Amino acid sequence: MPSSTDTAVPVHTRRDRFDPAGELRLMAGGEPVTRIDGGPQAGDVPVWLVTGYAEVRQVLGDHRRFSTRRRFGARTAPDGPRPDELVGQLLDYDPPEHTRLRQFLTPEFTLRRMRRLEPGITALVTEHLDAMERSGPPADLMAAYASPVPGAALCQFIGVPRDDRADFLRRCHAFLAAGRGRRRRAAAGELLSRYIAALVARRREDPDDGFLGMLARDHGDRITDAELRGVCVLLVLAGLDNVSGMLGLGTLLLLGHPGQLALMRDDPAAVDGAVDELLRYLTVPHAPTPRTALEDVEVGGRLIRAGEHVVCSLPMANRDGALLAEPDRFDITREPAAHVAFGHGVHHCLGATMARMELRIAFPALLRRFPGLRLAVPESEVPFRVHALAHGVDRLPVTW
Amino acid sequence: MSWEIHVDRARCAGSGLCLAQVPAVFDQSEDDGKVLLNTPAPEPALAAAVRTAAGRCPSGAITLHETGPDAGGV
Repeated sequence: MPSSTDTAVPVHTRRDRFDPAGELRLMAGGEPVTRIDGGPQAGDVPVWLVTGYAEVRQVLGDHRRFSTRRRFGARTAPDGPRPDELVGQLLDYDPPEHTRLRQFLTPEFTLRRMRRLEPGITALVTEHLDAMERSGPPADLMAAYASPVPGAALCQFIGVPRDDRADFLRRCHAFLAAGRGRRRRAAAGELLSRYIAALVARRREDPDDGFLGMLARDHGDRITDAELRGVCVLLVLAGLDNVSGMLGLGTLLLLGHPGQLALMRDDPAAVDGAVDELLRYLTVPHAPTPRTALEDVEVGGRLIRAGEHVVCSLPMANRDGALLAEPDRFDITREPAAHVAFGHGVHHCLGATMARMELRIAFPALLRRFPGLRLAVPESEVPFRVHALAHGVDRLPVTW
Repeated sequence: MSWEIHVDRARCAGSGLCLAQVPAVFDQSEDDGKVLLNTPAPEPALAAAVRTAAGRCPSGAITLHETGPDAGGV
């Protein structure tokens, strides 16, 4: 069985169960910025790994000197028009292009709007818990709950018609599971894009109250079909595996800390802090889009030259003593830390409020429904995800 | 010591975290999703909460500045 410490796996994505892999820590060796082998993609361009909390915030907070435009392996900005599959993908845009596109999207994710979505999410959660209770015990928590709940929430948010949801989510998961293999990924991406393009056309004709319908109605003449499609693909990339990874991994972690599990289950006032500590401690995304320095910049005492690439390790930054004391201790009663699980700066996760809301609803609801929830296999047999965009577990066999 | 809150709307990423934490001071525009300031100089009792919100701001868009004759940025 492959383990996430395989050397074939890029070093910054390596994990040891709930923790950043030991060799990642060794390699960083207390240095906040180190050179890494960027692999074949990087060519001869130096790649830096940033693991310090302050240094990660410095890089991600400095969009003037660190660009996200995709140019891995090239020292200069890509020439010509953006390739079709990257149009609308905000993470490939720098300000002011980024500012123009993102300003249409942020109003759809405000705290007030998310609060209006809350009853709908609660209903979805209840629906999935009912189904799980009817067909078990036992159950695979990933298949029964952790994966379908964010899937259904995303469909509801975007405005995917009910009858299309199973087909849409199949296309999403095929795309996400295609991994880094270029051809397979392109084929799966094409199938997903085709559905989304059809939905965009439909919502232009007949706008509903979902994300696409609202964008089409409010900004329809200022945003292109290709941009709308790309933005939806981004929501798929960001809103499924990250949330399901948090739900699966977080449940497994809590099962190993019964006192904290009980607190999250029984004390509503503990839930907000618990969710942020889970986000910090687990930090399922390995790294945001690699940055490219646009000029020479000193970071953590190292000189990063114009054209060189920078990968920021979010899980390492969130386990830095500069962020908080005893960073390797999991404690949901902490004051919420200013963690970087959602990134930092102008590219900070657009859906962070939605993700927090899903987690705040889904964790306590699960724990309250099944107070006797426990693993159905020895903990050592739980398969952790490898080669995935987000950390997590592939299956989580549970009983109650 | 008196102090004042500054918000950088160009930098704001629209997370709404500040509004969630200190609704008496921060708001979020329904038009562009970005931070709005109800008051730049809230009552002293809110100082700790505002400081925490500034520290947790995911884009560093909230800063606190002392006001008065010798004031500099904080």
